[in-house]
Amino acid sequence: MQPITVENIIKTYRTKKTTVDALKGISFAVNKGEIFGLIGPDGAGKTSLFRILTTLLIADSGHATVDGYDVIKDYKQIRHRVGYMPGKFSLYQDLSVQENLEFFATIFNTSIEENYDLVKEIYQQIEPFKTRKAGQLSGGMKQKLALCCALIHKPSVLFLDEPTTGVDAVSRKEFWEMLHRLKLQGITILVSTPYMDEASLCDRVALIQKGEILSVNTPKGITTEFKKPLWAVKANEMFPLMTQIKQNELVESCYPFGQYHHVVFKTQENIKETLEAIAKKGNYTNFEVQAIEPNIEDCFMALMKE
Amino acid sequence: MQKEKVITAKDLTKRFGDFTAVDKISFEVEKGEIFGFLGANGAGKTTAMRMLCGLSMPTSGSASVAGFDVYKQNEQIKKNIGYMSQKFSLYEDLTIRENIQFYAGIYGLTDQRIKEKTELLLKELHLEGQEKTMVRALPLGWKQKIAFSIAIVHDPAIVFLDEPTGGVDPITRREFWTLIYEASARGITIFVTTHYMDEAEYCNRVSIMVDGRIDALDSPANLMKNYSAHSMDDVFLHLARKAERSE
Repeated sequence: MQPITVENIIKTYRTKKTTVDALKGISFAVNKGEIFGLIGPDGAGKTSLFRILTTLLIADSGHATVDGYDVIKDYKQIRHRVGYMPGKFSLYQDLSVQENLEFFATIFNTSIEENYDLVKEIYQQIEPFKTRKAGQLSGGMKQKLALCCALIHKPSVLFLDEPTTGVDAVSRKEFWEMLHRLKLQGITILVSTPYMDEASLCDRVALIQKGEILSVNTPKGITTEFKKPLWAVKANEMFPLMTQIKQNELVESCYPFGQYHHVVFKTQENIKETLEAIAKKGNYTNFEVQAIEPNIEDCFMALMKE
Repeated sequence: MQKEKVITAKDLTKRFGDFTAVDKISFEVEKGEIFGFLGANGAGKTTAMRMLCGLSMPTSGSASVAGFDVYKQNEQIKKNIGYMSQKFSLYEDLTIRENIQFYAGIYGLTDQRIKEKTELLLKELHLEGQEKTMVRALPLGWKQKIAFSIAIVHDPAIVFLDEPTGGVDPITRREFWTLIYEASARGITIFVTTHYMDEAEYCNRVSIMVDGRIDALDSPANLMKNYSAHSMDDVFLHLARKAERSE
């Protein structure tokens, strides 16, 4: 049995004036013990999907199961079995750290002691502040407390909606290390993120955009699907260089990537020569060029354009 | 010839009680420069930015922004800068045109100038015919691009961008940076914070704050060389890991 199955889920929001197609027929399945990433920008439909799978929202059509239970018929069983960390901090701000954790343990008919092993490592980092009100914690500590509260009843499936958004690079790295330790305990994790670089930390990912899945695969599989020639260029004059490359008819796209521009070509031949000719014509200084392997963001952008 | 300085800060400090949020930071930013202002959450970036925007009085040290003193001329500073963040940008229940007119009015443009600027902006953003659309109905990426154009509608000396691209798709994020490059080419100084390390590499120079101090300040290429790092991500991790305080 796969712990999460999603089949042709459709969700549309209607108001008097507007209609938003949040999910346009989404299908995928998550394997046991997998870290599965939903990678996509704001407005892709990630949160709607999380709310449907955690039984807080009903889809217009389609089927979904969590831990073998139907999200509509068996919603009560699902609520006992899943942990959910919403994108917005949703603990009780006026309860202390310890009170929040006790509260969540109690409503799931368990105690902190019973499943302490699971949260121990994370909880120890916030324990020095256990009497502090949750509303007065820093962002990083709030995030750790929310994760503890989502884990305290030993869920079989954990839903994390954008846990690393707005978090700095160091804390993001630490958070992913925590997730990999949870995976070792056999918990299945569905996690969403707008940061493309985090895709490589998942076992498999779904790239999602405007309510549609662009691709489902392992991170390696996604990058192997990219078939067009990709080249990286740099020079001292980056902005004019990009403008000129874009004007070349053999070029499909040219986007800045950190210190380089990534250039996708329509053709396989004479690429290096073409780029070098552009560089010579524009008198660019310290010009460098090389063929490169695509990363997830290259793939996402190429799929967005299809 | 020395380039014109748009920001100069010398030993700029802010204390809240016995907590030193910003600890004697000193730096200069040149006209037209794209200056990346990085740091972990809680390193003191927001407090420093608030002082430079004339919204918070420093405890000690000195700073001038667009030629105005942060202690005595904070009202003039506010008129000569632009500001945009992911959290605060446009009014959702006003149309695109109304938002442009509202902000241009707030920044003190004349009626004639507001009219000209509104038409120009709609044209530049290819939004003619859509000016009556409620901002609420727009995709996030569009909102951010319009918000940026509005933040520089009064041709400020400098624009402060606080995590302007959070949550935006990768293509729109790059289109946003094209707007930044264009503004910089027109002589507008860009002061930007971001959690995307590839964006740090688009900046002319980058400063990294750790525990209220500026621990590194240089071009991305030099920073990577000095820390023997392959990317700004490595440089950032190396420096921010040393932090002793959390938020």
